Amino acid sequence: MDSGLSSLGGGGGGGSGGGSSTNESVTTVSKVEVVEQMSTEASSYPGEAELELGLGLSLGTGGGGGGLVKPKQPSSAWGEYGRILTAKDFPSVLSNASSTTPRFSNSSAGPVSGTKRAADSAVSQEVGSATAASQVVGWPPIRAYRMNSLVNQAKALAAEDDKADSENDKFKDTLKKKPYTGSNKNNSTVKEKGHLGFVKVNMDGLPIGRKVDLDAHACYETLAQTLEDMFFRHNTTMPPIRSDVEKGQSTNPSKLLDGSSEFVLTYEDKDGDWMLVGDVPWGMFLSTVKRLRIMRTSEANGLGM
Amino acid sequence: MGYSFPEEVLEHVLSFIDSDSDRNSVSLVCKSWHDIERWCRRRLFVGNCYAVSPAIAIRRFPELRSVSLKGKPHFADFNLVPHEWGGYAYPWIAAFAEAYPWLEELRLKRMVVSDEALELIAKKFKNFRVLVMYSCEGFSTDGLATIAANCRNLKELDLSESEVDDVSENWLCQFPDSYTSLESLNITSLSSEIRFSGLERLVGRCPNLKTLKLSHSVPLDLLPNLLQKAPQLVELGSGLHTKEVHPDLYSKLAGAFSGCKGLKRLCGLWDVVPSYLPTLYPICFGLTSLNLSDAPIQCPELIKLVSQCQNLQRLWVLDYIEDTGLNALAESCKDLRELRVFPSDPFGQEPNVSLTEQGLVSVSAGCPKLHSVLYFCRRMSNVALSTIARNRPNLTRFRLCIIERFCPDYITLEPLDVGFGAIVEHCKDLKRLSLSGLLTDRVFEYIGSHGKKLEMLSLAFAGDSDLGLHHVLSGCKSLRKLEIRDCPFGDKALLENAAKLETMRSLWMSACQVSYRACKLLGQKMPRLNVEVIAEQGHPDLSPDEYPVEKLYIYRTVSGPRSDMPSFVWTMDKNPALRSS
Repeated sequence: MDSGLSSLGGGGGGGSGGGSSTNESVTTVSKVEVVEQMSTEASSYPGEAELELGLGLSLGTGGGGGGLVKPKQPSSAWGEYGRILTAKDFPSVLSNASSTTPRFSNSSAGPVSGTKRAADSAVSQEVGSATAASQVVGWPPIRAYRMNSLVNQAKALAAEDDKADSENDKFKDTLKKKPYTGSNKNNSTVKEKGHLGFVKVNMDGLPIGRKVDLDAHACYETLAQTLEDMFFRHNTTMPPIRSDVEKGQSTNPSKLLDGSSEFVLTYEDKDGDWMLVGDVPWGMFLSTVKRLRIMRTSEANGLGM
Repeated sequence: MGYSFPEEVLEHVLSFIDSDSDRNSVSLVCKSWHDIERWCRRRLFVGNCYAVSPAIAIRRFPELRSVSLKGKPHFADFNLVPHEWGGYAYPWIAAFAEAYPWLEELRLKRMVVSDEALELIAKKFKNFRVLVMYSCEGFSTDGLATIAANCRNLKELDLSESEVDDVSENWLCQFPDSYTSLESLNITSLSSEIRFSGLERLVGRCPNLKTLKLSHSVPLDLLPNLLQKAPQLVELGSGLHTKEVHPDLYSKLAGAFSGCKGLKRLCGLWDVVPSYLPTLYPICFGLTSLNLSDAPIQCPELIKLVSQCQNLQRLWVLDYIEDTGLNALAESCKDLRELRVFPSDPFGQEPNVSLTEQGLVSVSAGCPKLHSVLYFCRRMSNVALSTIARNRPNLTRFRLCIIERFCPDYITLEPLDVGFGAIVEHCKDLKRLSLSGLLTDRVFEYIGSHGKKLEMLSLAFAGDSDLGLHHVLSGCKSLRKLEIRDCPFGDKALLENAAKLETMRSLWMSACQVSYRACKLLGQKMPRLNVEVIAEQGHPDLSPDEYPVEKLYIYRTVSGPRSDMPSFVWTMDKNPALRSS
């Protein structure tokens, strides 16, 4: 067996406990690889002989049991019936995809379908795990919404981890026991905080919100200008707003930031608190902002103190 | 016989019979009973929307008020069914719009529902009351807005786990001010914000609101207001998260929860912070159902919470509860009927919590009414399974998922055949079973001989040969649904037991070894089955016939092959000779 495959994930499946010497290398196979348990009765079918042969070639351990049906020890189950997929069965692994990985037992059909499968644009499912290897589709059997919930929990924890000195000691204790989702090792989770992309912006009095791309800005001024353009100047489908808001004066400094407008710009941070935009350094703002709200100044009293 | 039983009397008698199977039995007595029964049946359950056509259903039952439909196979939950497979609700709803203007209830599961379908519901059914869309997709909040605006008598709107396209935030505001009949609202799956003021007003003016399940986006500081406006709530789903502990908010919440004297079911609690958990303590004693499977609460807090829920009947929780938490559960919650333990880190290489088979053994020993189990863990032993079986012969649903595939008994390193064998042997009323771990054909021998009441069986990475499948198909008399993935089952067992397939609702097999030839043969020989081959990698005609198909879905039907299949699904011809003409 190709021990190089263990780099695909490490950790054995059922055979890992079995100590049978002839199949030891099988036991180090990653949990990603597909061990296929072939039908021992298959050899009795006409035409199945070809299948058997195809299997035998790829097994490397002498093929099936030749029609015997007996309860299997873990090691022999693997050794006689396992086929370990080789790297060509796994096209390059991409992240954050939600669908299929290569077919498993179809590989029994021989090299042709193996090639077909390799051409398939299979991608792996990565749910914040430390292992970058492709994983079996739909295993463990967890529903999509629950996976999302776990991912959200992991993200929240990654954000918590980055708070160097967490004020809440109790929370720190719970953190230690949090899932080992690789949040400390998985760079993409850390990166996510800096690449927020679009956040929602709502304005008091307007039913429809907008979205703004925070990545497109490097400072508060440009962000505020963009928002003023969006809400006060350019959107003619919005219901009319109070006349004392400035219109069409793009050369002026942002009214939203300097407190001279009827509205102020606020944001919700990841703790759920609403803060005035502009109080913290831009980088820190980016790492903590969840969404924005253009609030009436009268309602904004007491914010961000 | 010179008299006939007056129809009106029989109708009145039948009005007390709700169970579908009983009504089906009634309609087999004689022609006149069949006729009377069909005219007075009000509820219809269609377990597979392709097993019968809308026209046939309407023709038989002209006066329905309530219909439940299920679409995609169960394995769609785990991404095994390709996206465009089918399960469209529109044709049904369109047909009902013509036939049942008085339709009141629609319950859809795993179906594709478009905004157009929702619009039909909103406009065509004048007395529409209940819309449940469980794990559905294909619609947006625009569709919901139409429902809200038009369904004056809506009692229940439940979007559990459905994927909703959030395009408008204020669809809730479409409920007119005069609308006060809401009793149950579940919008957990909505990801974006809703207009909170709209929500508050809605809750405030609906005095019969019993179930309120909100989404992540409802902020915590809104919750006390909502609870105060709806102290009659029986079921609540809400978050409990805020990073900083505001003393005011805390006491408001605690007060609001105390005011909800009838609260029996609680779920949600995403991102809950331990310091807010005590606000729940006053209601714990009254809780019968607690779903903490989205809550990252650790063992000590879980124990504190659960120990106070002496009337708990159902608990869904993450494996943070650990064995010690389950011991506490076994001691405190003697009325427990259902336990589900989900993994907090399903893809981690190492266990992150100390949850083993011992936790389940404790609960099986301590909770005499426990009958339904779903348990994710990382190790199991035959002796533990046998103990559980002996402790709890009243189990009706047993779903065990050992996260590592092919995982043997961790003590003896043997397959887990004997353990699961004990389960089916002792639990004579077992209706649903899901297997995992290292399993040979022997476990199927046990299942075939003992699983006489088994209705649904889920298999993955199990078995050695066709004998396994043969044991199941020939032995399990009550089997209705069989779903199999990655097992070495092939043509022989399937073809030998072809007749069995007509007694079942459906069979799913993916990544097994059923050849294309066998599928074609089955399609020809069994005209009352739809044998659907799913092949995303190209038409199976392009490979030799003996190559296995990727995925196979076989179901009985009285409507023939369906016409809405995507390009990668083929129904095997029932009359291949005609095809060439």
